[in-house]
Amino acid sequence: MGIETSCDETGIGIVRGNHLLANVISSSMDEHARYGGVVPEVAARAHLEAMQPALEQALAEAGVAIGDIDAIAVTSGPGLAGALMVGVAAAKALAVATDKPLYAVNHLVGHVGADVLRDDGTEIELPTIALLVSGGHTSLLHVRNLVSDVELLGETIDDAAGEAFDKVARLLGLPYPGGPQIDRVATGGDPRAIRFPRGLSRAKDMEHHRYDFSFSGLKTAVARWVEREQDAGADFSIADVAASFREAVVDVLLTKAVAACVDRGVPRLLLGGGVVANARVRELAQQRCDEAGIQLRIPPLSLCTDNGAMIAALGAQLVMAGKPPSTLDFSADSTLPVTQIQA
Amino acid sequence: MFLAIDTSAGTSVAIVDVQGVVRAECDSADTRKHAEVIGDFIYGCLTDAGITVTDLTGVVAGMGPGPFTGLRVGIVAARTFAFGAGLPIYPVVTHDAIAFGEIEPVLIATDARRAEFYWSTYSGMDDVGLPLRAAGPALTTAAELAAHVPNFEHYVLRETPTVRAAKLAALAQLMKTHNRDFAGEEALYLRSPDISVSAGPKRVTA
Ligand SMILES: [Zn+2]
Repeated sequence: MGIETSCDETGIGIVRGNHLLANVISSSMDEHARYGGVVPEVAARAHLEAMQPALEQALAEAGVAIGDIDAIAVTSGPGLAGALMVGVAAAKALAVATDKPLYAVNHLVGHVGADVLRDDGTEIELPTIALLVSGGHTSLLHVRNLVSDVELLGETIDDAAGEAFDKVARLLGLPYPGGPQIDRVATGGDPRAIRFPRGLSRAKDMEHHRYDFSFSGLKTAVARWVEREQDAGADFSIADVAASFREAVVDVLLTKAVAACVDRGVPRLLLGGGVVANARVRELAQQRCDEAGIQLRIPPLSLCTDNGAMIAALGAQLVMAGKPPSTLDFSADSTLPVTQIQA
Repeated sequence: MFLAIDTSAGTSVAIVDVQGVVRAECDSADTRKHAEVIGDFIYGCLTDAGITVTDLTGVVAGMGPGPFTGLRVGIVAARTFAFGAGLPIYPVVTHDAIAFGEIEPVLIATDARRAEFYWSTYSGMDDVGLPLRAAGPALTTAAELAAHVPNFEHYVLRETPTVRAAKLAALAQLMKTHNRDFAGEEALYLRSPDISVSAGPKRVTA
């Protein structure tokens, strides 16, 4: 059983080895809509209320009793501190009550672990480069071994890509969450209409931030462009702005991810995180990977967004690798480094 | 035998038997380590009491009032422990447990941070020894406590920095014995999340 509460989804997943039995997600997204972004305290309160119903629903979906569970895994970080604490405390109490081994695992590595739960029978091939993009994180990883060897190549130095989508959507008067809205409006727009900046892509930046991302400058550039047009009373195309913005984000994400594959000699790219729901991300990823001879893997969308099944899957990998359970004294670590696969 | 968990101040876990005798107790005054210590405390209490989960008959949750980050750690732990062990859960207003045993009229005040107090008043105890809450729980600034609490002069102020789960368990045992209603399922945050709805995007150009 996997328990995930790092952001605004209360996720309870149940797996048997690499086989998915249940994936229950209770999201507080609607409660955040009027604030234009995830409010940590609102998310944490929702986790408290959703925890037991989600546990019950997951067991029912999997058709098992709590006593049938062999081990419990929980996200101990990274994520929102107050939200993580709810899952960590729940998992500890449940583990003691049921006398089950408890594994504290890394949320980001969990996104990679989701890929073992494929029903097409293909096994995850390692090493792989993994690009994990959501409203909470934007990270590029080099994964050699799921349970023992994950390297952080780069991450965002300011906003997460999903946050940039939310902020630009607001700017264009579109509701939260921004990703699907931008995707919708961008349809029919010209992605080459406006050349928005690609963060950390100049030669000078590439020396120190080859695999890092930055989206705050892009967001400002879009705001400037829109304000200038509005001030001039111009009748500009929102579709073009949305498409051009989206292209700037997706282009820089995939340029850096493909560069990592080439530099590291790893012909595999795995995508994870909620932003993978964006149609253009998947489309351009396929195109760039085909061009570079890279094998692309995208788990089903329900396993890309934050969920408990991926945490259960990673926990199962740790169990199968013979790793000892975590001791009960681990903390919720909002900045848990990706190299720490198990806390 | 009841297991009680309260994280409205520090972290407190206890096991108390049906006679109200404390069988095990784990406490930490640290207000930042709830999620870290909660597992060891529950496990430690079971071990210290020399019992297993099957010896328990209920789980008591301290519902606050308390600062939100810590408060819900204990509530979620109590709920999932009860769920995992197949035990009933008994929510208790934490202030009631602090006032439990007081004969004279008391004003319970606990730290709400930001120079504020959570407070409740009690007029004494009823015929079976359960505390009689007169007002609260509510939230007010430390400066306005006297003005805010009805009949403030009437009460002896008990400013309590820590909470003992053992008292929650003992209170819950007595309430159960006398078939009293337990608290609601709502966590007593008594404070809205800190958020403001922004007026819209700000201009980036002058
Ligand atoms: Zn995530």
